[in-house]
Amino acid sequence: MSNSSAVLDTPEQAFAGLETRDAHAWFGKHHALSGVSLRFPAKSVTGLIGPSGCGKSTYLRLLNRMHEFIPNSAMAGEVLLHGDDIYGESVDPAAIRLKVGMVFQKPNPFPAMTIRENVISGLKLAHIKIDNEDDLVEKCLNRAGLWKEVKDRLDASGGSLSGGQQQRLCIARSLAVEPEVLLMDEPCSALDPGSTLRIEETIKELAEKITVVIVTHNMQQASRVSDYCAFFLSDGGPGVLVEADQTRKMFTNPTDTRTADYVQGKFG
Amino acid sequence: MSEVTIPQPTRPWQRKRADTTRSAVSIGLVGFISFVIVLFTGFAGVDGWAVTVFLVSVLLIIIRGRKLSAKERGNAKIQLFITAAALLAFAPWISIFGSVLVKGIVGLKLNFVTSDMRTTVPDDELNMGGALHAMLGSMMMVLMATAITLPLGILSGVYLTEIKGRFTFLVRFVIQSMSGVPSIVAGLFVFTTYVSATHGPTAFGGSLALGILMLPTVARTSEEVLKLVPDDLRSASLALGARQWRTTLMVVLPTVRSGLITAAILGVARVIGETAPLLLTAGSSTAFGFNPIKGPIASLPIYVFGMLQIGTEYAVNRAWTGALVLMLAVFALFFTARKLGGKDKR
Repeated sequence: MSNSSAVLDTPEQAFAGLETRDAHAWFGKHHALSGVSLRFPAKSVTGLIGPSGCGKSTYLRLLNRMHEFIPNSAMAGEVLLHGDDIYGESVDPAAIRLKVGMVFQKPNPFPAMTIRENVISGLKLAHIKIDNEDDLVEKCLNRAGLWKEVKDRLDASGGSLSGGQQQRLCIARSLAVEPEVLLMDEPCSALDPGSTLRIEETIKELAEKITVVIVTHNMQQASRVSDYCAFFLSDGGPGVLVEADQTRKMFTNPTDTRTADYVQGKFG
Repeated sequence: MSEVTIPQPTRPWQRKRADTTRSAVSIGLVGFISFVIVLFTGFAGVDGWAVTVFLVSVLLIIIRGRKLSAKERGNAKIQLFITAAALLAFAPWISIFGSVLVKGIVGLKLNFVTSDMRTTVPDDELNMGGALHAMLGSMMMVLMATAITLPLGILSGVYLTEIKGRFTFLVRFVIQSMSGVPSIVAGLFVFTTYVSATHGPTAFGGSLALGILMLPTVARTSEEVLKLVPDDLRSASLALGARQWRTTLMVVLPTVRSGLITAAILGVARVIGETAPLLLTAGSSTAFGFNPIKGPIASLPIYVFGMLQIGTEYAVNRAWTGALVLMLAVFALFFTARKLGGKDKR
């Protein structure tokens, strides 16, 4: 087994400023992720694919310091944002999470807040001044593809929306703080096909402005939505990065036979 | 597998252990400044020292904090405030436990927990007589009260959360008002209905009075923990074709086992130190009687109360020791509850 150090070689794409070098993750004694080095291309969608338990969600959570909330977790290696290690000594993790946002598997709008309050909640929580609230709310909901559906009931509770709408509200909420990178942890796995399609369209539009990293179980989704793919695999031991490349190449002509087997649906 | 060096796991998010020499210097500094203040001001005694050390520490931390950046200082301020508030809340407890320990340890000899007051008068030396009868009496009454109350309390919790019958409102209202009943009233109730109608104070009478006081605590805590069971679990069981009572018995109640144990322990802690109702219903004695429906029985609170009333030096010593044993018993109870309750949590 080689030390995985796939680099997304992307001369035509600018580098997003986010990369990991030999990143490892542990849960207690369990070594969940081993030696992942990856550079993310800017203004594009990178899909993290692989079977369950291969460490792709763990890797995603390493990227904005959410990993440390799991008891007994540990890590090693470097996660660099514009050249600075986000696990450095004087780094404020809250500031990192402001730049690297996250959308979770289950839609989690704040139930005690209205739709409008949900959208601006990130700014309120971080004590950031809002110049024009109405414009901001409209802009974010528009980018999340939700504006038309909710513009007449912005003061309704976030919980009154359908699952897909709730997830788009969560995306709008993440966008309000203007992150450079948006991490999405299987954002569609709890949704119906129609809502999934809407979210995928939203993701593609988002990638015109920001960098999106999305974990997905769904191979079709990865091929539809992502520009680049990173394939993670665990052979019972810690998960490793097998291969990372342009999505087209990963699905048609991958270098590693394990990638070929996975994308053709032979396992996983 | 080829040779891949795996780095050591690290936790960069955990704050580094403070530099030992630096903290030693800080502690030394706090001690020195406090000493000087105590020397030259009116502060004295344990409380004076505590207040001085506390204030000096806070002052020193604030001075140290001036080096931090504005953001860190904001965080540190709030942390300091919360820690200080927690310590302040802790202070009365330390003070109470400290004085009970200091005064009670004098009489805590082996004979205190192995003998009773049958052949000893309270004025005898402390190496004679003890409170075994009171400990056994307390234990017996609390156990009986728990045996009566726990099923009733859990069942009313089940009624309120699972059955949700027509009388939900009434039951909840009665339980809530019961928790406000003064303990002497509970004692009087049992005194008029049971004690005076039979042969005077007995252990059973005492446990009835304690049970009345325990019931609201047990019932409310049970209701609260039962409310925490996710409806998904109930649905899952019902969807398997289970009837409601099987669902409650085999899915809902086992899920909150630790919570129900906590309910019982909270109930016990509520009544173990009760004195007033036992004065009327259980009386006091100098020896333990095994028959719960015949003859008065001693208990630790009544023992403490009685000894304090006698008021001579040795008797007061015995009272403090009784209080110490009572407190230790409560601690032991909470500790066991934590151990038992923690078992089914992963």
